Amino acid sequence: MIDFDVVALSRLQFGLTAMYHFLFVPLTIGLSVIMAIMESVYVMTGRTVWRDMTKFWGKLFGINFAMGVATGITMEFQFGTNWAYYSHYVGDVFGVPLAIEGLMAFFLESTFIGVFFFGWDRLSRRKHLAVTWLLAIGANLSALWILIANAWMQNPVGAKFSYETMRMELTSLWEVFFNPVAQAKFVHTVSASYVTGATFVLSISAYYLLRKRHRGFARRSMVVAASFGLASALSVAVLGDESGYALTDHQKMKLAAIEAMWETEKAPAAFTVFGWPDEKTQTTKWAVRVPYALGIIATRSLNTELPGIKDLVKTAEGRVRNGILALKALRKLRKNKKDAEARRVFETHGKHLGYALLLRRHIADPVKANEDQIKLAARDTVPSVLPLFWTFRIMVGIGLFLILLFAWAFIETTRQRFGGRIFRWVALLSLPLPWVAAELGWFVAEHGRQPWVIEGLLPTFMGASNVPLANVILSLTAFILFYSALLAVDIFLMVKYIRRGPPGPKPDQRLLAGPPEPQRTEPPARQPMPAQQPLPNE
Amino acid sequence: MSPDLIPIDYATLRVLWWAILGVLLIGFGVLGGSDLGVGTLLPFVARHDAERRVAINAIGPTWEGNQVWFVLGGGAAFAAWPQVYAASISVFYSVMLVLVLALILRPVGFEYRNKVSHRRWRALWDWCLFTGGAVPSFLFGVAFGNLLQGIPFRLDETMRLSYEGSVLGLLNPFALMCGLVSVSMLVMHGGMFLVMKTEGAVRERARTAVRWSSCVLIMLFGFGGVCVFFWIKGYVITGAIDPGGPSDPLAKAVTRSLGAWYTNYAEHGWLLVAPGLGFAGAILGFAAATFRIGMIGLWCTGLSVAGVIATAGISMFPFILPSRAHPQSSLTVWDASSSPLTLFMMLAAVVILLPLVLIYTGWVIRLMRGKVSPNYVRDNADVLY
Repeated sequence: MIDFDVVALSRLQFGLTAMYHFLFVPLTIGLSVIMAIMESVYVMTGRTVWRDMTKFWGKLFGINFAMGVATGITMEFQFGTNWAYYSHYVGDVFGVPLAIEGLMAFFLESTFIGVFFFGWDRLSRRKHLAVTWLLAIGANLSALWILIANAWMQNPVGAKFSYETMRMELTSLWEVFFNPVAQAKFVHTVSASYVTGATFVLSISAYYLLRKRHRGFARRSMVVAASFGLASALSVAVLGDESGYALTDHQKMKLAAIEAMWETEKAPAAFTVFGWPDEKTQTTKWAVRVPYALGIIATRSLNTELPGIKDLVKTAEGRVRNGILALKALRKLRKNKKDAEARRVFETHGKHLGYALLLRRHIADPVKANEDQIKLAARDTVPSVLPLFWTFRIMVGIGLFLILLFAWAFIETTRQRFGGRIFRWVALLSLPLPWVAAELGWFVAEHGRQPWVIEGLLPTFMGASNVPLANVILSLTAFILFYSALLAVDIFLMVKYIRRGPPGPKPDQRLLAGPPEPQRTEPPARQPMPAQQPLPNE
Repeated sequence: MSPDLIPIDYATLRVLWWAILGVLLIGFGVLGGSDLGVGTLLPFVARHDAERRVAINAIGPTWEGNQVWFVLGGGAAFAAWPQVYAASISVFYSVMLVLVLALILRPVGFEYRNKVSHRRWRALWDWCLFTGGAVPSFLFGVAFGNLLQGIPFRLDETMRLSYEGSVLGLLNPFALMCGLVSVSMLVMHGGMFLVMKTEGAVRERARTAVRWSSCVLIMLFGFGGVCVFFWIKGYVITGAIDPGGPSDPLAKAVTRSLGAWYTNYAEHGWLLVAPGLGFAGAILGFAAATFRIGMIGLWCTGLSVAGVIATAGISMFPFILPSRAHPQSSLTVWDASSSPLTLFMMLAAVVILLPLVLIYTGWVIRLMRGKVSPNYVRDNADVLY
């Protein structure tokens, strides 16, 4: 019944389109806040250069935002096209944060983006500033609700399986909203998005300074990026997503896989900095370990034990057995809703029903599974260790590097030097790093969740639609072609508008206009920025 | 919160959520629909770049917010009618693919068109905006045409969906006709929007478009009614169904019969207001275009859009997604909804947040009021779309 090729291609398609969508999302979130900060300075000081900055970064924001919206629309409907059983199974719970996202956040963001671009002349300064902040708030709220939905897939709280409707049903909205995994994810993801926005502004400002263009503009932008970026980069690390991983068994499995921790260790566990996990022998070669570090990071304590992969598999085996009991009871209940014995069994073991469904990969009817198949199903709960181990470490490495970069930038800007050539080049070349880290982070979170689409409840392969393989091949091809073309256009326009720079007299016009006159439209005493050599294009 | 504490009974919650889904669809039809109509009309009412920018900027500041009605419709269906969302979207897999790909041409089309002043570049994005308007307009109608006939899916014991039939089956004559109803309706409404927002040549051509499309709409909408009366079988629930019972679609029995889609109108005559609005709005829209009355005309065509969408929904009530392959699997208001707690919580969210959305949307529309002229576009060439 289950076509595993459809499952594999649907996963590939969802993964690709989601990662593609997330090329644009963090920049939207980060840049919206940076624009709002810049415009706030404009309203407070009245200096028009800050308005021009808001407009210039806003233009790049707009190019990026269009792609974010375009790729976001396809995400929403992919749950229906490719994951129909998933949609039925958890829509009662998972659909709620998605719908509220539309109602509370996406509406706000999309309604005010038009006013942000076209309302400059129709609104007072303060009102326009309010619009910009509403746009930024909309973008951030949007992330909140989507991450609440995603966190529920990692840690499905506040819901219960109903045998009458054969799906998960909401028991507490409160628990879904205040899911601890959601809080960790939100802070981590939004801070990472701010870092992305700050890196974008920092790198492009460094580019202008390297080319000796738009210097006043670039310096001011760099000041905002450096301080905002440093605070955000620190918060990404301190409030790392990993804090949520010690909560539930599969989250523990994810943690163990990321750390290639095969055996349960005495608390506090050591942190493996480097090594080569070998999944066949279930050992890590050439491991370099820091004692106690992992226990402290993951459990925030010295005496909480973290289980290793092998022990977690043993636990899973017991659950598969319980799951089979639950499945048998469920079938009886579907035939006769008044079967009290079956109801009692289901109430005891129902929470492990999903583990029995894991057997579907090995046998059509899980109830008939033999010992080997149960062992195989339990073994399936281990995500692939090697890619998780390394992607996580590269992500963390980039995060640490970005903290150093922003610390450097912060020192340079506070000392009013804005860096030498080396700093500017490093800043410029760091441009892709936050995107790499974000994509790897999502890989860790979602690949680490496998084999589950809803942790402990529904295996990924069960969630897929029963559609013909040809359909999925067609849509996957169409998405790849379409998205590649659009990405090429997006990058072309970004580069074009970055090269063009903010509006201002061109260098040759400056020569025609005679020697530059220091602008005195604003009193120099109020200059908040260290513009030592005022340029005419400020 | 315990389910016993929910102050509204399950059946009422279900009807309310059926209505909310209708309101969201109508919201998209009325607000987003005019944007789709303008997109469809773009190559015809605006012949060169200056005119095209007038037409595009007429909807420029508001189209993005209007589109959210569609996105929210999807989200609300997911949360309140999960199996409806799952079945409708996966049955229409390839149609959805085309729809979504066409829709995503719009954000990039609007944003990127003016970024390069080369003639071919702009022609490319004009084509995208046209496709992004015409194709979704058509496909929404095709989807409704299929809903009225029933869709080829069935549910198994574990509520897993399977499908019969093909894409070509979805493109049957009645569905194609419904697609044309939808295109003519949205062209009328979008044209009316341009009559209100523009002046000169664009406005005159938009006027002509409204007059033609309103006539086509009246004829095809009427003909659709005739088809449903004489040829398209409706669906009827036979036997008992508990409107407050758990959502288990397989617990009921369903038969098909000719004229069943007229039962609701026969039993509750006042419901004929919906098709009445569909016709009257189009007739008044024709008149308004003739006499160049923009704002009131837009209200008329908007009511026509609302009436046409409501007509389809009311005919099928309590069915939402009838199944042709296995009528028992049909999804209805009484057996395809989310749990009472989800419906109630979401209702609370809608009651609090939707009025806010309407308030700020109204504020933005008011703020951006006034005609878009070629001079205005020329003076703000760098800022506008």
